[in-house]
Amino acid sequence: MSPVLLPDLPWEALLILLPLTGAAAGALWPPAARAIGLLTTAGGLLLLAGLGTAVADAQTLRHAVGGWGAPLGIELRADALSLVFLTATALVGLGVAVYADSYFERSQARGFWPLWLFLLGALNALFLSADLFNLYVTLELMGLAAVALTAFSGGRAALSGAMRYLLATLLGSLVYLLGVALLYHATGTLDFSLLTQRLEAGPAARTALGLMGAGLALKTALFPFHFWLPPAHSSAPAPVSALLSALVVKASFYILVRLWLELFAPLSGLEGAGTGEVLGWLGMAAILWGSWQALRQPRVKLLVAYSTVAQIGYLFLAFPLLTAAGLPDPAAWRAVLWLVLAHALAKAAMFLAAGNLLRFGGHDRIPDLDCVAQRLPLTVAAFALAGISIAGLPPTGGFIGKWLLLEAALLQGRWDLVAVMLLGGLLAAGYVFKVVGHFFTPAAAGHAARPVPAAMEWTALTLAILALLLGLAPAWLLPWLDLAVGPGPAEAVP
Amino acid sequence: MSPGSWILLAVLASSLLPGLVIFAIAERRVALRTGLNLLGAVSKLLLVGWMLWGVAHGHAFELRLALLPGLDFVLRAGPLALLFVTLSSALWLLTTLYAIGYLEGSPHRSRFFGFFSLCVTASVGVALAGNLLTFLLFYELLTLSTYPLVVHRGTEAARRAGQSYLAYTLTGGALLLAGTLWLYSLAGTLEFTATGFVHGLVDDHRGALILIFWLLIAGVGVKAALVPLHGWLPQAMVAPAPVSALLHAVAVVKAGAFGIVRIVYEVYGVELAADLGVALPLAALAAITILYGSLRALYQDDLKRRLAFSTVSQVSYIALGVAIAGPIATIGGLVHLVHQGLMKITLFFCAGNLAETVHIHRISEMDGVGRRMPWTMGAFTLAAFGMIGLPPVAGFVSKWYLGLGAMQAGQDWVVLVLAGSSLLNAAYFLPILHRAWFRAPAGNGFAPAVGGRETGWLLLWPPVITAAMSLGAGLLAFIPFSPLEWVQFIARQEFIGYD
Amino acid sequence: MSAAGFYALAGVALVVLGLYGLAVQAHLLRKLLAVNILGSGVFLVLVGLGGPADAGPDPVPHAMVITGIVVAVSATALGLVLMLKLTTTSGRPTLEDDAPREGPEA
Repeated sequence: MSPVLLPDLPWEALLILLPLTGAAAGALWPPAARAIGLLTTAGGLLLLAGLGTAVADAQTLRHAVGGWGAPLGIELRADALSLVFLTATALVGLGVAVYADSYFERSQARGFWPLWLFLLGALNALFLSADLFNLYVTLELMGLAAVALTAFSGGRAALSGAMRYLLATLLGSLVYLLGVALLYHATGTLDFSLLTQRLEAGPAARTALGLMGAGLALKTALFPFHFWLPPAHSSAPAPVSALLSALVVKASFYILVRLWLELFAPLSGLEGAGTGEVLGWLGMAAILWGSWQALRQPRVKLLVAYSTVAQIGYLFLAFPLLTAAGLPDPAAWRAVLWLVLAHALAKAAMFLAAGNLLRFGGHDRIPDLDCVAQRLPLTVAAFALAGISIAGLPPTGGFIGKWLLLEAALLQGRWDLVAVMLLGGLLAAGYVFKVVGHFFTPAAAGHAARPVPAAMEWTALTLAILALLLGLAPAWLLPWLDLAVGPGPAEAVP
Repeated sequence: MSPGSWILLAVLASSLLPGLVIFAIAERRVALRTGLNLLGAVSKLLLVGWMLWGVAHGHAFELRLALLPGLDFVLRAGPLALLFVTLSSALWLLTTLYAIGYLEGSPHRSRFFGFFSLCVTASVGVALAGNLLTFLLFYELLTLSTYPLVVHRGTEAARRAGQSYLAYTLTGGALLLAGTLWLYSLAGTLEFTATGFVHGLVDDHRGALILIFWLLIAGVGVKAALVPLHGWLPQAMVAPAPVSALLHAVAVVKAGAFGIVRIVYEVYGVELAADLGVALPLAALAAITILYGSLRALYQDDLKRRLAFSTVSQVSYIALGVAIAGPIATIGGLVHLVHQGLMKITLFFCAGNLAETVHIHRISEMDGVGRRMPWTMGAFTLAAFGMIGLPPVAGFVSKWYLGLGAMQAGQDWVVLVLAGSSLLNAAYFLPILHRAWFRAPAGNGFAPAVGGRETGWLLLWPPVITAAMSLGAGLLAFIPFSPLEWVQFIARQEFIGYD
Repeated sequence: MSAAGFYALAGVALVVLGLYGLAVQAHLLRKLLAVNILGSGVFLVLVGLGGPADAGPDPVPHAMVITGIVVAVSATALGLVLMLKLTTTSGRPTLEDDAPREGPEA
């Protein structure tokens, strides 16, 4: 699209301001919260389209908020990498918002909309931040909004899940901040581009990497720091679970990717090697442990939550692939970004479908699912399609992501990663079809069924179909991802 | 896109689109659903007829869409692909007719026919795939779209059969994926070519090539029910009869056997497979499967289980013919792809008729059923004779070429296997025929025929037609466009100098 | 050792203390206090270390700490609300380990 068609607006700032304004307006004027929430979420998609065309023209956009630049002002940055995460956020966010509109009772909806818009603003701000401290602030805001969303419907399980989540997320952010303090001491700057010039390999950089990596791994729920995720994600209301699993855990992963690609990988050789390998091992353990736990769960939402633990593991497999080559391996990063998109769409669809099952039968115990294949065909189709993508079976986005990652691993001769990925795929198919099998059978005792609004079924199915279409479109989308992982600053250093 | 490539998409769409629409059709709109089904099936057959004519006259149909960097989604209609496509499309039409009759009045028919159409789309895709990646895509799609049919009845037994089906086939899929990726990382291409595309790697990667071969064969061997990967097939017998027909004749098992053909001929090439020393073990595995399947079939009282083990045995004729690696044996193996399909689908249709009309599931209950259902049992008898290999039914032609080809290739032991298998086939089929025709019905006989017909038209005609086709494929083996003639056409392309 | 270095070390000590408290204390109020101590430690490290040694007085760490304190106060407030609600519903100001499996569905 030519820039003539779109006015030259500060898209980055608007993407943050619009949801935050919406959140404030919704909180102050509850009767309008629903309209504001839906409109704002949909408007975000338009702003994103504007930002996308601008980034396509200029590659990297920078915007100093209020005319104040670094170091004291706040600078925003948009490039292809942030665009990938922003896109996932906008798509999943819109689907979940439409779903939530039917899901929540009126009284609960008033709590939901401001919190969701606040979360959306924090997520957008995080993906657009250009310095380490803003990342910390947005990380915290996102965490607080996520905790509040987990807890706001009440219930003992949700409250205790939210509490556990709060403690974990605070701990993670503070440990991250400790790393930031070290980096600032070593370099005197927080800005990414200045840091890349000034940071040198040494004990300070190594300690900072360890601290920031640990903090972010905790927030991303990388095995063995995943303990907080299943209780929080399985006890939250279904639309919130979808947001948490699809988007919130990806945000801290995004920071880790940024740090790795732009700051620490160029220092590697001696620096990054060990850490990348450790992250890879933890990723493999996460795949096996998470899938195994998912296979053992008696309830759909817990199963889907453990599946997130496993899928996060796949994302971390790219780190050792980077180390082995000594330079960022675009193939591996492209694969990971693809998996981020595919997982966001599919996992959101799965949680929304699980929410429909819960609404329909009043429970989500797997063996007691009662002929839902006949009674809720759209939900069942959504769950199955999303599950197929999660298991990495064709023709879905998950398959393409797995293929790309397997290819990257094979080219580097990493047979251990290949074996774990294939085994993880089989285990995933196992837990997905464990549920799908019970869709067809009648339960021992019939249950009274509650109707599920059509909007809730269709949003789940739409997200699942998007995950499916992702598998048919790599030829069009991969060039975008190549832009995100392509000749960035990380590759400029020999 | 080359001109005429749209026809490849149209062939896929002729079952995909009706399938997707059928999902959305209300259960009671029987006429609309039936109309869509038949429209799809007939138009697919017409399109396939057009392609057959074109390929026989030297046209090539190819469609290439960019999928991944360096890897395309490729559909190509060559003679080999069309062999399987024609079989699938023709049998799909008959099976659809049969299923309409069989499922009359039963619940969830929209779901059933929707997935049924997806299955056929996937198996036609498997046939037309022009590279290993496209093959893999459709192969997995076939697994996924068959699963809802296996569990269709929604009973606990059906669910378990579905789990077992997936456990086997998805593991096979993972092995196939591993082999495909490994091969791609070595060769940089996955394009099927008439003599294989891995010749250049032999010197540097001999060991890897052998390992990859077994990974790929294990991947497709699960669907082809090679021993010891056959466990899912007898279990899947809980599914309704049309699904069994689909599994055994139209799509699933055939996709596995077809995969073996593709891998041996167009990935490795026969000479290379022989040179690597993998052809002989594959032939031995096929021989073991043939004998093992027949032996197990002997001891089954459940009619469908006996037929299932018979499939385990008979499908390996295809693998055997391919692995012997001579032109004549190849003809025997490939032509059996069609012949076995025709004969086995007849047998399953007949078994379905017995179950549906007179509620017979076990062989021990079949005494005297020939008098009650003469046409059904007539078709059954003809197909069983074909399976045993009695001339002039189609199975004889397969076995003749297999035996001849084995002797020509100096593998005389194969003739012994064929003879043993034929004896075993006779041993498990003839007692059924004896009971049906020469024994008096036990107790107070069978449920009487309604309206003077032994069963509904839609149940009766498909087996009679396929039985007639089995006979025709044997009697008229040398007319143009007969399976045998077409397979010789293929062999002339795969083996330079054979005519 | 410079005063700044001493503050930084004291901050590290607070961080360790906070971690310890978070790990061993069962009562949620104590856990929240531990997180606050941990946070104070981090802020102390931030101010104590400051920018590169050769640079003069630096306003950036102060700006960061002030922002950090605001965030920490909000987080604590949220934590306290959660704790109170949890105590009312479950009767105990602690996290039960069996809660996620047995609890009622949302």
